[in-house]
Amino acid sequence: MDASQVIFILSAALIVASALMVVTTRNLIHAALWLISTLFGVAVLYALLEAGFLAVVQVVVYIGAIAIMFIFAVMLTRKELRDRGAQVNAAWPAAALLGVLTFGGLLVIFSKWDGLGRLPAEMAGTSDAMLSQLGIALTSPDLFVLPFEVASILLLAALIGSVYVAMNKK
Amino acid sequence: MSFWTDPINFVNHWLMLTLTGWGLSGFFASIIANLLGILLLITAAMVLDIMLVWVERKVVARFQGRLGPNRVGPYGLFQPFPDIIKLIIKEDITPEGADKVVFNIAPILSLASVIFLWAVVPLASTIYGVDLNVALLYLVAAGALGTLSIIMAGWSSNNKYALLGAFRQVAAMISFEIPMIVALLIPTVLAGSLSLKVITDFQSGGKWFFLLSPLGAVLFLISAIAELGRSPFDLNEGESEIVSGYHIEYTGMKFGLFYAGELLHAFTFGGFLAVLFFGGWHGPWASTHPFLGAFYFVAKAMFGYWLIMWVKYTVPRIRIDHMLAFNWKFLTPVAFALLIVTVVVHSLLKGLGFLPYALGLFLSNVLLGWITLEILRATTRKQRLALKSPEPVAQH
Amino acid sequence: MIPLSWYLFLSAALFCIGLFGVLVRRNAVAILLSVELMLNAVNINLVAFWRYGNTASMAGQVFAIIVFAVAAAEVAVGLSLIYSVYRRRSTVIADELDLMKW
Repeated sequence: MDASQVIFILSAALIVASALMVVTTRNLIHAALWLISTLFGVAVLYALLEAGFLAVVQVVVYIGAIAIMFIFAVMLTRKELRDRGAQVNAAWPAAALLGVLTFGGLLVIFSKWDGLGRLPAEMAGTSDAMLSQLGIALTSPDLFVLPFEVASILLLAALIGSVYVAMNKK
Repeated sequence: MSFWTDPINFVNHWLMLTLTGWGLSGFFASIIANLLGILLLITAAMVLDIMLVWVERKVVARFQGRLGPNRVGPYGLFQPFPDIIKLIIKEDITPEGADKVVFNIAPILSLASVIFLWAVVPLASTIYGVDLNVALLYLVAAGALGTLSIIMAGWSSNNKYALLGAFRQVAAMISFEIPMIVALLIPTVLAGSLSLKVITDFQSGGKWFFLLSPLGAVLFLISAIAELGRSPFDLNEGESEIVSGYHIEYTGMKFGLFYAGELLHAFTFGGFLAVLFFGGWHGPWASTHPFLGAFYFVAKAMFGYWLIMWVKYTVPRIRIDHMLAFNWKFLTPVAFALLIVTVVVHSLLKGLGFLPYALGLFLSNVLLGWITLEILRATTRKQRLALKSPEPVAQH
Repeated sequence: MIPLSWYLFLSAALFCIGLFGVLVRRNAVAILLSVELMLNAVNINLVAFWRYGNTASMAGQVFAIIVFAVAAAEVAVGLSLIYSVYRRRSTVIADELDLMKW
């Protein structure tokens, strides 16, 4: 049981426990805060997978922007400061069964694959070299510049669209 | 390696020898050594924080033409200690109906998000926490955690003014992150890396990035002041505006944590200004004597902190809509224009030797600054004329 | 050393918890929170396969970055739609938004 396994088990426990709290807690602000805890655990996992840039971008984009947007949305869409009524609808036993069956189905599919016990491959360079490789991959014409630019246009469309939809048309 | 040239590795080596000599396995010894190193760094940051209380109060007093604390100890140097004792013995009130867990975590997260930053700052050539190759993005990430703590504080106080203040503060902070990230890209382009150690090493020999890109330094300073939530961008804390915003319900040491966090955050941004634009720990004889390098770094960080304080105690507070308009209509376009100009000049003049390169960058910055001021002047002249034009009615 | 199966089981579990949340929660913002959990599960999967497969090709990380961008865009538009619905109908409970049902 070496250090990386200990870190994985701790962060996996954090992720699963926080995710369960997200879907079951009554207080919606607490659900958003548990989501932040989940996202932080996922960032630790990225760092463990030697994708350091993704770990930091996860914190900046998800926790620093998306989670804050969620908290603002929760605060703006209520008539009073408290939550009322049930937060979970009446079909929850069926949904829980479906969730467990989906998990079982995914495990069955994984067990039929023989690459499951694979150990990490060799890193193809130092982390500095990987970072510059990522930059080249995102901007090189024979690699991924087109999805990158389309993602930028998507974000622009989302920006304009969300401002227009939520605008007070007086 | 002696203690004076490589202190951290020397102490680490000695600790590992001692701990394994006592019978601990190598794994646990390294964990304990790392924990002790983290504790030492945090203690150094907090001791600096205590000193900053005195610095802040003396400097604000001198700006306002008075003496400042001068009773407790020589020149009032021990003033922070009575302040801390006062905050600790105050009653710790949690408001009725507040969300207890979130209410108590918010000040801790606020201070923690600042201490996280000290892990990547290079204090000297061999004194630093960790050489992260995405250190500048880590800076932005820690800022995001600070933003989160503000909204947690505002929400959990169960108080309309706190919530309103937190909304405004968070809206301002996430808006000003954009010019800050673009201003942070300028040393990245000039040095070719996001790592603070590489950026500092690039500035050896007097090639400070402040001389190459003064407009970038100014841009970073302005957006850093807005990120800190300090005046003139402190709509949240104005006692006359919103009754100190998200701080309202916090008493005693919890308020002390927010206050200490804010001062340390300001000093840390002074430190980042020093590292990114003023050469970090470089100075005469600093590359062979790390402790001298650390002294130079603290001096430059103090200078950056003094700049931030100077702006705070001179300029009046800005209204929230003016603040956001300032960001989106002025800072962000200037930041993007500066980035484009820097990248173009950098790639054109890179191979020509240092003097034409530096001169080209400096002149392009000055040109961009002058063009911006001309555009501003034209816009304000237009606005002034538009306001002046209605004729007074009762005039023959 | 961590075998790949650990990461796959974790991401499957996170995905199923997100699925449960989407089906069960009544508040529309909470449904979006659960969708975020599912997107994070997919991202963990992508980055794990990048690490345990061919690390020379950055396709795994680039795909994960595109998923970040898409998630951000989706959350922005989704939350602004929810806010707009709240302004007209004063409710965000998904069961009560049934004006078009007969």
